[in-house]
Amino acid sequence: MKYTEEHEWLRVDGDLVVIGITEHAAEQLGDVVFVELPEAGTQVSTGDDIVVIESVKAASDIAAPVDGEVVEVNDALADTPGLVNADPLGSAWFVKMKVGDPSQLDGFMSEDEYRDMIA
Amino acid sequence: MPNLSRTPLHDLHCELDARMVPFAGYEMPVQYYDGVLWEHLHTRSSAGLFDVSHMGQVRVCADSLEEAQIALEALVPVSVLGIPEGRQRYGLFTDEAGGILDDLMIANRGDDLLLVVNAATRAQDIAHLSANLAGCSVTPLIDRALLALQGPASEAALAALVPGVAEMRFMDTSALDWNGVELWVSRSGYTGEDGYEVSIPSSRARALAEALLASEAVIPIGLGARDSLRLEAGLCLYGSDIDTSTTPVEAGLEWAIQKARRRGGEREGGFPGASRILDELESGAPRRRVGFLPDGRAPIRAGARIFREGSDDPVGEVTSGGFGPSLGRPVSMGYVETGLSGTGTALEAEVRGKRMPVTVADLPFRPSTFKR
Repeated sequence: MKYTEEHEWLRVDGDLVVIGITEHAAEQLGDVVFVELPEAGTQVSTGDDIVVIESVKAASDIAAPVDGEVVEVNDALADTPGLVNADPLGSAWFVKMKVGDPSQLDGFMSEDEYRDMIA
Repeated sequence: MPNLSRTPLHDLHCELDARMVPFAGYEMPVQYYDGVLWEHLHTRSSAGLFDVSHMGQVRVCADSLEEAQIALEALVPVSVLGIPEGRQRYGLFTDEAGGILDDLMIANRGDDLLLVVNAATRAQDIAHLSANLAGCSVTPLIDRALLALQGPASEAALAALVPGVAEMRFMDTSALDWNGVELWVSRSGYTGEDGYEVSIPSSRARALAEALLASEAVIPIGLGARDSLRLEAGLCLYGSDIDTSTTPVEAGLEWAIQKARRRGGEREGGFPGASRILDELESGAPRRRVGFLPDGRAPIRAGARIFREGSDDPVGEVTSGGFGPSLGRPVSMGYVETGLSGTGTALEAEVRGKRMPVTVADLPFRPSTFKR
C-alpha cells in the first residue's frame, strides 16, 4: 500500500490501482453521510477532483493521485456511505483506475513514512 | 489555541476527549468520542448535555421592573411588558432598516430581566443595550456558566438533582437551589426537544456537569450535533439564517412579534425598523425562509443557490443545510421568493455546478416535543 500527503491510500491490484482514504482521514472527517463517485470510463489527470465525501460536518474533495482512467467505482458507498468510517482501508475503496504509467506510484509514501507524517 | 477564550468546562471537555475547535472566539467542543451522528440521535432518544457558556448572559434592571421592560421595548419588537414573572420569550434586536441584529431570550425574573444573547454578537449587543436603555443598568454576567440539557430524559435527570424542575412548563424560568447554589433554570433549548437551560456560577459548573453526566441517560454533546438538531427543528442560526440583511417577516418569525407591538396594538411600533416590519406584517415580504428537502442523498449546504426548474435566474439561496440524522436524509433551509414558498413547490439547487431537485417543505422538519 502507498500513501499520499492528502491521506489517500493506493493499492496495486493486477494492472489496476485501487484508491481509498486512510483511517486517519476518515476519523478527521467524522460520520460520512454521502459519497459522490465519478462515472466508470472517466479519464482523469492528477489533481482532478474525482470523489466528493460529505460528512455530517462538511464536504471534502478527493483528488486523483495519478493520471489514468476510472474503470470501476464502488457503488456500495451510495447506499452505505458509513462504510468509509467502518472500513476505510477495505470495503470502502472509492475507485479502481487503469494507470498508463506505473512509475507514477514510485513517489508516494510507504506506510511507515505516512505514519511519521501524521504523528 | 491562541487568543481564544475558554469556558469553565474546558478541562472537562478535554478529559472527555472532545475535539476542540474555535467558535465565536471560544475554544469549544465540536464532538466527543462517539461522533456527531450518535450524539444527535442520543439527544433525541435520551438526553444530551451541552456547554453553552460562550453565550452572553446579561442582566437588565432599572428602578422598577416595568421601567426596564418599557426601555427594552425600544430595541425589540417583542411585548416585553407582556412577559409574566417567571416566563421567558424569544426576541430579536432589529435595526433601522428592519434587519435583525441578533436573536435572544428575554426572561422576566420579577426584579430584573435576564437576557441570553449569541456569543459572536455579545459585545455589540451589550454596547447596543448600554447606549440605548435609558435609566437601566446593563450588567454582563461574566462569572456564570450556561449548560443545556436536552432530550426526553432531561426532566428525570435534572429533577434527580433539583426536584423543582419537574413542575416547570416550556419557557418557564425559575431560581432553584442545588447544594446551596442558586441555579437559574429555564425550560427551553435549541434542539426541538423538551429540556432545560441552566445558568450556574462558573466555579460550580463542572460539579453540576459531572453530576448530570453521572446519569446513564446523559452524554456530552458538541457543536456539531447542536447544529444538526436545531436544523431539524427549523430553528435559525444567527449569522447564517438571519442577520441584518433579513427581516423578521422574511425569516418567518412573525410569531415573535406580539399583537401589542403590531398596527393597532396598545404599544404599536416604537422599535428600530418598525415601519418596514409593520408593513411586511400586513402585506408580506418579497421572500420567505422555508425548508428545502433535497430529492437525492447529497446534503445541500449554505450558499447553494435555488432556481426554478430549467431557469438560470436564481430565486433563492440555502442558508443552512446538512444531513438530518433523525430523518435519515439531507435537509436544508433558506430563502426563496414568496410566490415560490408554498409547501411542495419543486425547485432546483445548484451544488458543485450541478442542478439537484429540491422540494419546499414546512419547518420544523420534525415536530417539537416541548412540555407546554
